[in-house]
Amino acid sequence: MDASQIIFGLTALLIIFSALRVVTTRNMVHAALWLIVTLFGVTVLYALLQANFLAVVQVVVYVGAIAILFIFAIMLTRREIRDSGPQLNRGWLLAAFISLAVFGSLLALLYNAPVAGRLAGSLTGEDTLMALGQALVSPDAYVLPFEVASVLLLAALIGAVYVALNKKQESDQ
Amino acid sequence: MATETLIWLIPLPPVLAFFLIVLFTNKNKALSHMLGVGAAGLSWLASMVVFVRALSVKHLGEHPFHASINWLPTGETWFKIGVLIDPLGAAVLFFVAWTIFMIFLYSVGYHNFGQPKGDHDRPGLPPHGATVTDAHGHKHTVPSVEPMYSRFFAFLGLFAFGMYTLVVSDNLLTLFVGWEIMGLCSYLLIGFWYGKPSARNAAIKAFMTTRIGDVFMLLGIAFLYSVTGTLSFREIFTNEELMHALGTTATPVLGLSVAGLISLLLFIGTIGKSAQWPLHVWLPDAMEGPTPVSAMIHAATMVSAGVYAVLRMFPLLSLDPATMSIVAFIGAFTALFAATIAVAQNDIKRVLAYSTISQLGFMIAALGIGAYVAAAFHLITHAFFKALLFLGSGSVIHGMEHGVLHTGNHHVDPQDMFNMGGLRKKMPITFWTFLIGGFALSGFPVITAGFWSKDEILADAWAHHHYAVFITLAVAAFLTAFYTMRQITLTFLGEPRTEEAKHAQETPWTMTAPLVVLAFFAVTYGWVGIPEHFPVLGGLVPNWFHDFVGHTLEHPPKAPEFNWVPLLTSLGVALGGLFFGWLAYRNVKAPAEDKLQISVLKNKWYFDEAYDFLFVKPAYWIAETFVYKWMDKGVLDGILHFIAYITGVIGAAIRHYIDLLVINETIGDGTANTVKWMGFNLRPIQTGRIQQYMLASFVVLIVVGAVLYYFLVMA
Amino acid sequence: MIPLSWYLVLSALLFSIGLFGVLARRNAVAILLGIELMLNAVNINLASFWRYGNTAQMGGQVFAIIVFAVAAAEVAVGLALIISVYRRRKTVLAEEIDLMKW
Repeated sequence: MDASQIIFGLTALLIIFSALRVVTTRNMVHAALWLIVTLFGVTVLYALLQANFLAVVQVVVYVGAIAILFIFAIMLTRREIRDSGPQLNRGWLLAAFISLAVFGSLLALLYNAPVAGRLAGSLTGEDTLMALGQALVSPDAYVLPFEVASVLLLAALIGAVYVALNKKQESDQ
Repeated sequence: MATETLIWLIPLPPVLAFFLIVLFTNKNKALSHMLGVGAAGLSWLASMVVFVRALSVKHLGEHPFHASINWLPTGETWFKIGVLIDPLGAAVLFFVAWTIFMIFLYSVGYHNFGQPKGDHDRPGLPPHGATVTDAHGHKHTVPSVEPMYSRFFAFLGLFAFGMYTLVVSDNLLTLFVGWEIMGLCSYLLIGFWYGKPSARNAAIKAFMTTRIGDVFMLLGIAFLYSVTGTLSFREIFTNEELMHALGTTATPVLGLSVAGLISLLLFIGTIGKSAQWPLHVWLPDAMEGPTPVSAMIHAATMVSAGVYAVLRMFPLLSLDPATMSIVAFIGAFTALFAATIAVAQNDIKRVLAYSTISQLGFMIAALGIGAYVAAAFHLITHAFFKALLFLGSGSVIHGMEHGVLHTGNHHVDPQDMFNMGGLRKKMPITFWTFLIGGFALSGFPVITAGFWSKDEILADAWAHHHYAVFITLAVAAFLTAFYTMRQITLTFLGEPRTEEAKHAQETPWTMTAPLVVLAFFAVTYGWVGIPEHFPVLGGLVPNWFHDFVGHTLEHPPKAPEFNWVPLLTSLGVALGGLFFGWLAYRNVKAPAEDKLQISVLKNKWYFDEAYDFLFVKPAYWIAETFVYKWMDKGVLDGILHFIAYITGVIGAAIRHYIDLLVINETIGDGTANTVKWMGFNLRPIQTGRIQQYMLASFVVLIVVGAVLYYFLVMA
Repeated sequence: MIPLSWYLVLSALLFSIGLFGVLARRNAVAILLGIELMLNAVNINLASFWRYGNTAQMGGQVFAIIVFAVAAAEVAVGLALIISVYRRRKTVLAEEIDLMKW
């Protein structure tokens, strides 16, 4: 047991616990907040994996934007301040079963995969950030998906604005 | 031209005339009769040339004119047909040519050529007169021309062809062909006025009755062919061994020899064709046809053909005495039988019809007793005077019709002798020629041909001791003379009994000229056969006829010895009959005074009624009830209806049990309902809730994944 | 040292939990939360494989960045839709949004 394993273990526990809370809590705001905790845990995981850029982007984008967006949406779609009624639908048992089945299948796959026991190689001396940046904009690399993702974001932006637009006639009703 | 070629050509002109008239000149009366009479004239000319040449041949019997060709291939050999003119043939050809020619000429006048078309005349009915207006505006009715004028000459031509073919043929097959053609033409001509039901029925009766005879004749021909392998007269009769074999081989039928059976079968054909008892019933009814037809069929040609056939087959016939006896019996019986009926008939043509039957009986009886030459002689003389009598009666009827048209009273029968009387003044030529014919028929001595031929038959019967036949024929001869004089007295002598008779007129030259010609032959023909030992006249001229015709046979018969008994008998019955006939009828005014109209005689001994009951009605019953109703409609149609019914049942069953149940319900509706049910029950899956959709898809994913995992990874 | 399998199991678990949230929650926004969890699990997977594979191969991180972008876009649009539906039907419960049915 070394330091990284302990950190990993704690972080894992945090993530799992908070994920469970996300899907089980009745209060939607609490769910969003627990999501934030989960996201932070994932950030720590990224840091453990020495994917620095990802960790930072995770915080900025996910926590800073998406989670906030969630909270706004929750606020805007609440009839009452208090959530009442069950938050699980009628088929939750089957859903649980399915989830377990999926988890079990994935574990089974993992069990047979030879790659599972691998250990990390060393990373010191490499400038991963620079390489990542270059990979993103290099025509030999991933500039095209990068540009497409930009277009996607633009489309989503416009689309979201339009869909959520409060047309004057409808809002009066 | 060689005689044989000429003989081949003799039957040709009339049949050509038939085709030409039928195909081309049917609408043109003048052209048609020119073709007809011209054809008859050509055949007459050729026949005369052949006859003259035949006379000049010594021993024509042994060297007849003969030519034949191969016709039907029969295995190794050929069936030959050809022409033959031996003495019998030459003599018969002579009278056939003359009578046919005269009848053709007569028909021009009889059918009123040159007269206007009738007022109400229609094809199929006799003409009824046309109204003409003369210069002063007076209307009177004149005889009208026959609408079917050309057709008559066409049929007559075909008839002539049939007779000529029969006479010149050298074998039984072509003889039979000519026989049948004449049978057809007699049907066509008896039923010439097809609009009259009586004529139609008479035509059918004639054809049916002669058919019965023809069936047996055909059997005889077939039998002969099967036994000898040939039908040629020369080949059979000149073959001594064959003739002997035929005469001595016995058959299981009635104990007759082969020759006898064949002759009997052929004779039955003659019974039909020559109207002997019991197949005599058609001939009197055949008077429905126009008078030239009656003359042609019943005097000159068709009935003579029957006797001619027996004459031809005489060598075969004479081999079997049993058949000869049957022939003689039928002949003699018929002679007497028909004479009794003739006595009680009122229609001028009926008397002559029964007279023909009776005279043919004479000829047949003569053949039955072996008097070959006498029979041939009587055949020829009879043809002349009977044709004369028939044409004369036609002339009388025409004259009477003139009177009928004059008075306008169409209920008077111009053929009934009791409406006539005194016609000798109005129609002299007809009278004198009719008188000659009547005397010839009665056997008036010396100056008529009938005397010589009839006397020869009686002489032959007496000389060969056939006394039964002799007495029968003598009685028949008496009755013949009686009814003949009755006929002449009623028709010509005395005073006219009706208005119509008063206005009778003589007929045109086209009708009276043939009468004169035939009268000439009726007088003179007898003189070629005067027996050698006849008192006074015998020996003056040789008995040419006997020598000539007798030599046709292989063994020429001897002339009978002269005997006073038959001569005196013949004189007695002839003169006696004539006298009594005149005596009984010279003052008759009306039919009621005729005491001899015994009903059984008048009704022809009820033979027609008997045949109707025995044969005609059963035949109709079989046809209408048995075959038509029971077999055809009942059985056959029943079977068909049953099959249809079964098909209907099967169809209904298929419809109900297979079509409706299985196909419609199960397959058709069933599929639809199943799909509907499935659709209805699967619908709720679409809840619209995407979580449920996702659940479903994940379940499937797990399942498929597990299956694939199991098969791909584990196995 | 942490074997790769630990990361992978973790991401699998996170994924399953997110799946549960998607399938079982009534609130539409909660469903989106579940989707976010799942996407994060995927990202962890990608990053792990990058780190434990050929680190010169930037594809792993690039993919993860793209996933970020996609997640962001998807959340934006999804929430916009939910808000729009809420305005109309006054509900955010997924089982009540069921017009596309028979």
